[in-house]
Amino acid sequence: MNILNMTNIQKSFGENQVLKDISIKVDKGEVVSVIGPSGSGKSTLLRCATLLETVDGGNFSYMGEEVCTVKNGKLVYDKNLKKFRQYFGLVFQNFNLFPHWTVLKNIIDAPISVQGRKKEEVKQEAIELLKKMGLEEKVNAYPGELSGGQQQRLSIVRALAMKPEILFFDEPTSALDPELTGEVLKVIKQLAEEKMTMVIVTHEMEFARAVSDRVIFMDGGVIVEEGTPDEVFSNTKTERTKQFLQNYNKNEY
Amino acid sequence: MTLWTMIIKMGDGFGKTCAIFFLTLLFSLPLGMIVTLLSKSKIKIVAKITRFVISILRGTPLMLQLIAVTYGPYYLFHISVSREKLIPVVIAFSINYAAYFAEIYRSGIESMPVGQYEAAAVLGYSKTQTFIKIILPQVIRRILPSITNEIVTLVKDTSLAFTVSYQEMFTVGKQIANSQTSFVPFIVAGVFYYVFNAVVSFVMSKVEKSMGYYKM
Repeated sequence: MNILNMTNIQKSFGENQVLKDISIKVDKGEVVSVIGPSGSGKSTLLRCATLLETVDGGNFSYMGEEVCTVKNGKLVYDKNLKKFRQYFGLVFQNFNLFPHWTVLKNIIDAPISVQGRKKEEVKQEAIELLKKMGLEEKVNAYPGELSGGQQQRLSIVRALAMKPEILFFDEPTSALDPELTGEVLKVIKQLAEEKMTMVIVTHEMEFARAVSDRVIFMDGGVIVEEGTPDEVFSNTKTERTKQFLQNYNKNEY
Repeated sequence: MTLWTMIIKMGDGFGKTCAIFFLTLLFSLPLGMIVTLLSKSKIKIVAKITRFVISILRGTPLMLQLIAVTYGPYYLFHISVSREKLIPVVIAFSINYAAYFAEIYRSGIESMPVGQYEAAAVLGYSKTQTFIKIILPQVIRRILPSITNEIVTLVKDTSLAFTVSYQEMFTVGKQIANSQTSFVPFIVAGVFYYVFNAVVSFVMSKVEKSMGYYKM
């Protein structure tokens, strides 16, 4: 079953059309990486999927339920967006943890006060997740006391505690020191092995290659190339993708 | 008149000074938040009117506002001026300080990174939950130093109540100074204000410390 199904998505900021007719489907258990140069629309696509931006045109649905559809030539969003927010989680580039709450409260507050789940149960799950991420000693720390890598792992735990069907990552390692990216990528890889459905916007090409079932290369608001990691990275079809990957490798020396 | 009787008399007035101070804080701190929310209202005309009112309150002397609130009703509607001046004095102070607090709240709210709202939205928090649980506590922490500043100013501003002859400490001091042709009451008043503010600063620094449990 498609967890996420976006068809012909369009989005403009003023005159600037950032997404031109993008279609993307994500199946249960699938890991999709989205790569591409800055300004290609990758992050905007993620922000539209996570309802932080509204699309200008196109359809999309979670779990077969329409988030927005075109009715009488007008785009209409479902009134009950809260329902859809239960289906996904988002890990931000800048973590966006709540600095005035402890690690534990950051994780358990939303499941309790948004989903109405029992505190004891949520707390136990949170401790389990923290153990898995190697953060169990930080339960009572504040986010400001953690390293960048720990903060990003915490924000992954915060998203997982909501039990989403699909998890989005918006350049999860871009704000980290190079030596801290590894610990975060390892955690994401572990989730991939557990068959967590994920869409990862990333600049980490090696990682995208290793972890994804499917890679999407975006440029100028369109999907230029799409396929398995081998197809996109080793048997690149389009000139534009080749050029991007070459430039990318050059930058890596 | 001995120094001691002076202090006793002015101490009586000091009770009234405290009344202005605490009642003003009691009303203006929450009123300021309402004003902030109105000034950020999606209904354009409400926001515009609110901002205009704020600009008047901040752009004219508090002394003038005190006179307007105390004597205005008489000139406008021929309602006799109440002998209990505490009510108009507290109304004038509360409205004036609410305008200043509103601006502090607004700057605090606008200084919050948009990521906090986005993280809350993705987690499914409602707008009200986001504001109460996530935004407001952080805003309070951020604006506390500016609030302290305003409160210290309020302590000294209570002396403006002398313009409407409300018998607070400074008014009493001024009367004694006139009748005794002495400068001593002013020195006593200065000491009273200084000590009051020392206490205010101490309390506020404790509050700031108690909220400083997390790094920004």
